[in-house]
Amino acid sequence: MSQQDIQAPFPGVFYRRPSPDKPPFVEEGQQVETDSVIGLLEVMKQFFELKTDEAGTITAFQVEEETVVEAGQSIAVLEVK
Amino acid sequence: MTIDVIKPGLATSIQDTGRQGSYHLGIPPSGGMDQRSLRAANLLLGNPEGAAVLECALMGPELRFKESRCVATCGAEMTPRVNGEAQPLNEVFRVPAGATLSFDFVKAGARLYLAFEGGIDVPEKLGSRSTYALGSLGGLDGRPLQAGDQLNLLPPSAAAREGRQLPEALIPQFSKHYMLRVVPGIYDHRLTDESRERFYEEDWTVASEADRIGYRMKGGSPLSFIEREPPFGAGDDPSNIVDACYPIGSIQVPSGSEPIILHRDAVSGGGYAMIGTVISADMDWVGQIQPHQKVRFVPVSLEEALAARAKYRKGMEVLRQMP
Repeated sequence: MSQQDIQAPFPGVFYRRPSPDKPPFVEEGQQVETDSVIGLLEVMKQFFELKTDEAGTITAFQVEEETVVEAGQSIAVLEVK
Repeated sequence: MTIDVIKPGLATSIQDTGRQGSYHLGIPPSGGMDQRSLRAANLLLGNPEGAAVLECALMGPELRFKESRCVATCGAEMTPRVNGEAQPLNEVFRVPAGATLSFDFVKAGARLYLAFEGGIDVPEKLGSRSTYALGSLGGLDGRPLQAGDQLNLLPPSAAAREGRQLPEALIPQFSKHYMLRVVPGIYDHRLTDESRERFYEEDWTVASEADRIGYRMKGGSPLSFIEREPPFGAGDDPSNIVDACYPIGSIQVPSGSEPIILHRDAVSGGGYAMIGTVISADMDWVGQIQPHQKVRFVPVSLEEALAARAKYRKGMEVLRQMP
């Protein structure tokens, strides 16, 4: 077991849902595959999908919906088996 | 010689010193938003100063080199890596054949300029290789890079020298709070006195939608315009004017709420009052401001703006003379 930080690759606004009336991409405690989308980062009128590099469990989100994040800031914690 | 684009980054586009002389036809200059850094990267390599480079906004691309080439990166601080090994910014280094060039997260600034020995080979459109994405003109098929693209390079000039560095004094120092000098006018008489003064006294936050077309600002007090009967041809909103030309750098405030600084991909005209123009010497800085960072506008006279432009040009001369 190891823990991975999923970091913001650039500064932007973080969203956990594909749109305001949809459920979050993943819930805390949910198992995910490699390349699973865990949220969106918005900047310059573009939405960028944040994906997992490995399979595992998303144990925690470090930021709230619609938080302004800096490049490199931790977004979520992925526990890899 | 081909470079494979494995990952394009966020908004990576081919840019040079821009396309002058067509703005009156609606074609903006485009070109690198931070011209000083674009030119510095080319000059380091011994390229023509206006050779086409990659402008990498907020997140760098991942590229595979089929042949060995020297490159230089200037502007935003994103550590370059060759096959994972960190390389210096503001210095010429070689990427071996078959190697992958990638970048770390941006630490400061917003746009990195990646120049290749020889420069990028795409056809010139209206005298420039710059990408104008809104008009699908120039660059690679008139758009930002995509995964799977291939870039051709012009023959190397043999002038590139590995390890050549930009002198410390010529490296821009990025901040999180910028002072941008503005020549007020030509429509600021439309603002109330109180509103005009307050505009220059408040901090503005760069909105997340700030891009090559314009930098939108939030967080300051809404501006109020003087009541008037709209002249023939102007819209009903108090911020409307009879359509006029928009200079690059001009600041418009649609409905008085969020000022927008037009940059190098701007539309050439429209019906919003311009309350001032960011001076040419400070436009490179605008291109290096990250979304959510702060800006204060500082009013200056036309004489001060011209003196700043002369100083900027002298700085460019120093860059051209660097050892």
